[in-house]
Amino acid sequence: MATKLKEVDVVVVGLGWTGGILSKELAEAGLKVVALERGAMRTPANDYSLPNIRDELRYAVHKDLMMDVARDTLTVRNNPSQEALPMRRLGSFLPGEVVGGAAVHWSGHTWRWTDMELRIRSMYEERYGKKFIPGDMTIQDWGVTYAELEPYYDRFEYTAAVSGKAGNLGGQIRAGGNPFEAPRKRDYPLPPLTQNLAGVLFAEAASKAGYHPFPRPTANASQAYTNPDGAHFGACQYCGYCQKYGCEANAKGSPHVAVIPLVMRNPNFELRTHSWVTTVNKDSDGRRVTGVTYTNVLNGEEFEQPAGIVLLCAYALNNVHLMLLSGLGQPYDPVAQTGVIGKNYCYQTGAGATLFFENRRFNPFMAGGGTNTTIDDFNVNWDFDRGPHGFVGAYNVSAGHNSGAPIEYRPLPRGTPQWGTAWKKARAKWYQGAMGIGSSGSVMANRYNWLDLDPTYRNAFGQPLMRMTFDYKENEQKIGAHAAKIVNDLARSMNPTHLTEATVRASWTVVPYQSTHNTGGTIMGTNPRDSAVNRYLQSWDYHNLFTVGANVFPHNSSYNPTGPVGALTYWAADAIKNRYLKNPGPLVQA
Amino acid sequence: MSDQAFGRRDFLKTAVVGGAAAATTGIAQPQSAQAQQPPAPAAAPAAPAVEGYEFLNLEEAAFVEALVDHMVPADDLSPKGTDIGINVYIDRALAGAWGKGDRLYLQGPWKRGVPNQGYQLPLTPAELYRAGIAATNGHCRNTYGKTFDRLDEAQREAVLVALSSGKLTFENGLPSRVFWGTVYETVMQGMFADPIHGGNRNKAGWRMLGFPGAIAVNRENIAKYRDKPFPTDPVGIADLS
Repeated sequence: MATKLKEVDVVVVGLGWTGGILSKELAEAGLKVVALERGAMRTPANDYSLPNIRDELRYAVHKDLMMDVARDTLTVRNNPSQEALPMRRLGSFLPGEVVGGAAVHWSGHTWRWTDMELRIRSMYEERYGKKFIPGDMTIQDWGVTYAELEPYYDRFEYTAAVSGKAGNLGGQIRAGGNPFEAPRKRDYPLPPLTQNLAGVLFAEAASKAGYHPFPRPTANASQAYTNPDGAHFGACQYCGYCQKYGCEANAKGSPHVAVIPLVMRNPNFELRTHSWVTTVNKDSDGRRVTGVTYTNVLNGEEFEQPAGIVLLCAYALNNVHLMLLSGLGQPYDPVAQTGVIGKNYCYQTGAGATLFFENRRFNPFMAGGGTNTTIDDFNVNWDFDRGPHGFVGAYNVSAGHNSGAPIEYRPLPRGTPQWGTAWKKARAKWYQGAMGIGSSGSVMANRYNWLDLDPTYRNAFGQPLMRMTFDYKENEQKIGAHAAKIVNDLARSMNPTHLTEATVRASWTVVPYQSTHNTGGTIMGTNPRDSAVNRYLQSWDYHNLFTVGANVFPHNSSYNPTGPVGALTYWAADAIKNRYLKNPGPLVQA
Repeated sequence: MSDQAFGRRDFLKTAVVGGAAAATTGIAQPQSAQAQQPPAPAAAPAAPAVEGYEFLNLEEAAFVEALVDHMVPADDLSPKGTDIGINVYIDRALAGAWGKGDRLYLQGPWKRGVPNQGYQLPLTPAELYRAGIAATNGHCRNTYGKTFDRLDEAQREAVLVALSSGKLTFENGLPSRVFWGTVYETVMQGMFADPIHGGNRNKAGWRMLGFPGAIAVNRENIAKYRDKPFPTDPVGIADLS
């Protein structure tokens, strides 16, 4: 029997970006907040310091900071006719499992998603007509607009120490920035990172082709910085150990630097690590949740933590899993097209080329998490006419090294021997002489891509694993084909000695790593028939339950998700503080 | 094809028979003498005899040593695989947490699945290695009448080509490509992981690439060395600890 604890105002499940921000905001508003984190406390001084953090085997290969799939994982399949099998080892995506979550080991890429995403169905229907959107493409408007989110994007960028260059300052296009971005009220808090050779060469080629290259905005502090809350950041050292590692220089915009240390000092806040939430408990009235049940994974003891407000702030997939395990809302059924929990799971696509240059020295190990030069000419550029290409969505193209760590970074031209002296010669030569051009493409929601509970496999707590049914559809194949062509044209224009051409990702596979950009499952929207949460990320069914993370995205764009995740978190925090607390109940009438 | 001279495998067998005295032969060599040896690849001692194995049995040790020396031969780019400890790395990896299935979901039921679903065998990496070596040596015995470590260069090459291309089918049902994939990644790890893990001795893998290792304060370097050679004397975790 679970030990029942004293009720608190707010219980936060998961202490990463979203949990960190909400804990801080709500504790400062005077609420008693308890955060339950399944992982351990780790600090930069103790855990992410030199020399031990520079261990590629431990952090990148063995994934020391990431979710332990021996304890809980998903089952995966491409379509309903297959039997889903467990993801037995991490691969395609890498959720975190420490205080700070995946935002400890992220790269930092921070984008503002525009109305082309937030009003996707409206904008495409207005321009191309209703028939342009395929019948099984279940995209919808998000219920919030860019203008509403602009101050919250700004807040997040200044909190997370984002380095970049404004391309559209209040409608004025600025040279060197992204001319296609939505208008921003002020510039980034820090100037862009210095680009490495790959980015410089790509920028030259892209400009020559008539495109508009710019340095990617990224939460890697280009200079020492203090954020508005008083958290201090060091300057990025271009160490090449960013993604998959904690930052030893405190230069990465991570919640364990930007927000968590501040809330840890607040007496209204309590953190319990090693606390694995198994269930969100429902009130008998069916309109509220009463708190959560969790297990102390250090001794197996079970607790019930009652709370006035429950905030699901775990990794996107785990938020959805917890909703399904707790029986909150109606699970989505793709055949009957009923229910919403698990609906519109999306991922990302892409196509990348590798270019080999006989006489270049790329020094790939001199790199930041966001040393990338990007073009958005085929992305948030609404003048790019999708009509002739017949797809909804977009892709960005970029180049730049982020790491030269040599277990994983092994560029070799096709046909190179895999071992022996010939392999060694090629390995030594092309380690310094290779660069990539990559593209990241959006994935539109589809009726047959969804999340539910697996009928067979269970986790260490005896609960069903979540089952992921996902594949790229015709729309994504078209995006990928267009992206591959542009990438290859650009690559050829650079006259490499060898070129491994970009190809379309035909089908999704659980290996190798692609991106930790899983979205959807408890999506936001304008009505409870089509969405699990309203525009404030509040459950339509249980008004004191909020699910916060990329799980609320109704589809996935080509951009990394953390920008809107951060903005929506501040947006939800304001709604809870300024409206919900005064009058607890639905913030939007169904 | 000539019979190889008294091989290391024979030596090990003798050592076991000979007991403690023979087993200590390796460490009888004074540390100072070892330190004074020139770094030239050919001159390096048979380090594994010094190190000892935690996981690999005699047949497996012979297989791994032959494998890493074939895949990473001594040349002007680096000493051979056993001289930079790739075999030691593999042994430690298999004996340690990763080899025992750390961070691997190992609950059944077990189904073959499709390649997109990734690894689906009911084996830890150590179990996979053990079964894979036995199966590969079984193939070598059937084809050549001897185990992998006793084959000549051309035969070893043929076996690895068959393994890596998926043309080799194991009689015991183990998927040969899954075994090869694991073998290949561990050889890469043994060559390029930080030397604290047992391989990449003297940072030989890093020197081959010009990878500087754990020291990486490139704030001033990123523009200064753009498209220019960056002089490196690689530094590992142990050098900084």
